Amino acid sequence: MAEQVVVRARGLTKRYNGFTAVDAVDFDVGRAECFGFLGPNGAGKTTTVRMVYGYSPITNGLLEVFGLDIRASLRAIKARIGVCQQENSLDPDFSVLKNLEVYARYFDIPRAEARRRAEELLDFVALSSRRDSPISELSGGMQRRLVVARALINNPELLILDEPTTGLDPQSRHQVWERLEELKARGLSILLTTHYMDEAASLCDRLLIMDHGKILVEGAPRDLVARLIGADVIEVADPSEAVMDVVRERGLKFDLLTRRLLIYATDGEALFRELTRRCPAGGCSLRQATLEDVFLKLTGRELRE
Amino acid sequence: MRTWFGLFPNGLSVRAYKVWRRNWDVYQTTWQINFLPPILEPVFYLLAFGAGLGTLVRVVHFQGAALSYVAFIAPGLIAITIMQNAFFENTYSSFVRMYYQKTYDALLVTPLVLEEIIVGEMLWGATKSLLAGGLMLGVVAAFGVLSWPDSAAILPLSLLGGAAFGASAMCFTAIIPRIEVFNLPIFLFVTPMFLFSGTFFPLDALPQWAQWLALALPLTHLTNLVRAASLSHWDLVQTVVGVAYLVVFTTVCFPLAIVLMRRRLVK
Repeated sequence: MAEQVVVRARGLTKRYNGFTAVDAVDFDVGRAECFGFLGPNGAGKTTTVRMVYGYSPITNGLLEVFGLDIRASLRAIKARIGVCQQENSLDPDFSVLKNLEVYARYFDIPRAEARRRAEELLDFVALSSRRDSPISELSGGMQRRLVVARALINNPELLILDEPTTGLDPQSRHQVWERLEELKARGLSILLTTHYMDEAASLCDRLLIMDHGKILVEGAPRDLVARLIGADVIEVADPSEAVMDVVRERGLKFDLLTRRLLIYATDGEALFRELTRRCPAGGCSLRQATLEDVFLKLTGRELRE
Repeated sequence: MRTWFGLFPNGLSVRAYKVWRRNWDVYQTTWQINFLPPILEPVFYLLAFGAGLGTLVRVVHFQGAALSYVAFIAPGLIAITIMQNAFFENTYSSFVRMYYQKTYDALLVTPLVLEEIIVGEMLWGATKSLLAGGLMLGVVAAFGVLSWPDSAAILPLSLLGGAAFGASAMCFTAIIPRIEVFNLPIFLFVTPMFLFSGTFFPLDALPQWAQWLALALPLTHLTNLVRAASLSHWDLVQTVVGVAYLVVFTTVCFPLAIVLMRRRLVK
């Protein structure tokens, strides 16, 4: 029987030059699950997934992929995963089709089979009409789709995507998401890192948020929002003292930013009606709590550069 | 022994060939351009030096024989081409693939391991020398200055020389921070060799200390060997020393390149 845990990390640690990028993290990625890594820049998410796909050697701890130890079975593991790295690494010297065919060779896929899979994958990512184009003639979105196709050439059991939609226009992002949803529906295990909360919330079954090399929280997106923020958020622009009094009186959870007050509530509607009566017209709005609220609450609002 | 004393911790498989094959595929798509330099360069040089300079330098005395200047420099030019093809392939071209095109990154997430990528690249560098050396051999032969069948030995010499210069080039590629920095090994290593390795004039024209210095340069030995083949004029000691030098030089640079590349790329 196939193992139910695709990636298992225990006390996984990465240090370079005295800097601890990943600090003893534990996580499991299940079969047919889409698992997300979120975190500000420098949180350690890319370093973590790089260890999973065997690009960065681990410093300490345990890391198993498909039940195999990454140190002992590096090649065997790499043969069974597909990877989309952050930076474009398509081969500019080859056409679209040839990129896939040459890549297939690295996985020992016979020529005829490689051609068949390449054509099928180009169809899957809607690039069949571009099969003979040079890479330089593809848009950013097309290139990213081709990278996804390339990562699938070996029929992987686990697909790892490092910021798959960063820098894409909305149409391209949606096309990539659609492809990923389709793959998810087919039962492929997916591990992704992202900066986009909407992407994580809609694609991931479970996710974790990292910062400073440690895992802050882990769970299903909806559960995390409900547990850490509540159902609703009321935003008040330039809150008056009267509003602040209400908030303090009732011991509500809130965040006061420079010109904006965020109130977290389980039943926001009643509270919202009351507040609109007491605060100046137009400055108050009610919305659903999102993963972004969770993210900012946990990792803070200051810039990371 | 399976890891070759730690040089190949994940073993060395025939997958290195696939890296070589990728470069060969690219070479084939641009072969018209790749073929031009090794064909045209000797024609230009032999015309300039043979017809031009050759009128001033009619006869060169080399190891007791009197030769035309063209017959003297032709093997020097072949040796230079062998050096340049592997050296430029494994410096500029390898750096572009590693740094700008992210080709190594793409390869590293396949069953290939880093050591195989570097080995494949160096094998390709040596192959470039073989291809260019072979093409040039054909062109120079048309000038009627090569002695046969001994000149056929220039083909295996192209491969050996290519391996030596490719492996040393890969060491530089592993340590330079930016592509412009290749100017340093070019001007401090390649250009002096180009001029002072017995390529354009016999080394005995130099003072004794400079002759000893020239013997430290790999191109001197490659030039000696190529010239011995082209003139059918083999000196036993020079041949043994020349081959031994190039083999040792390659044997040192090859693992060094792998170790330096690992230090650069494994993070």
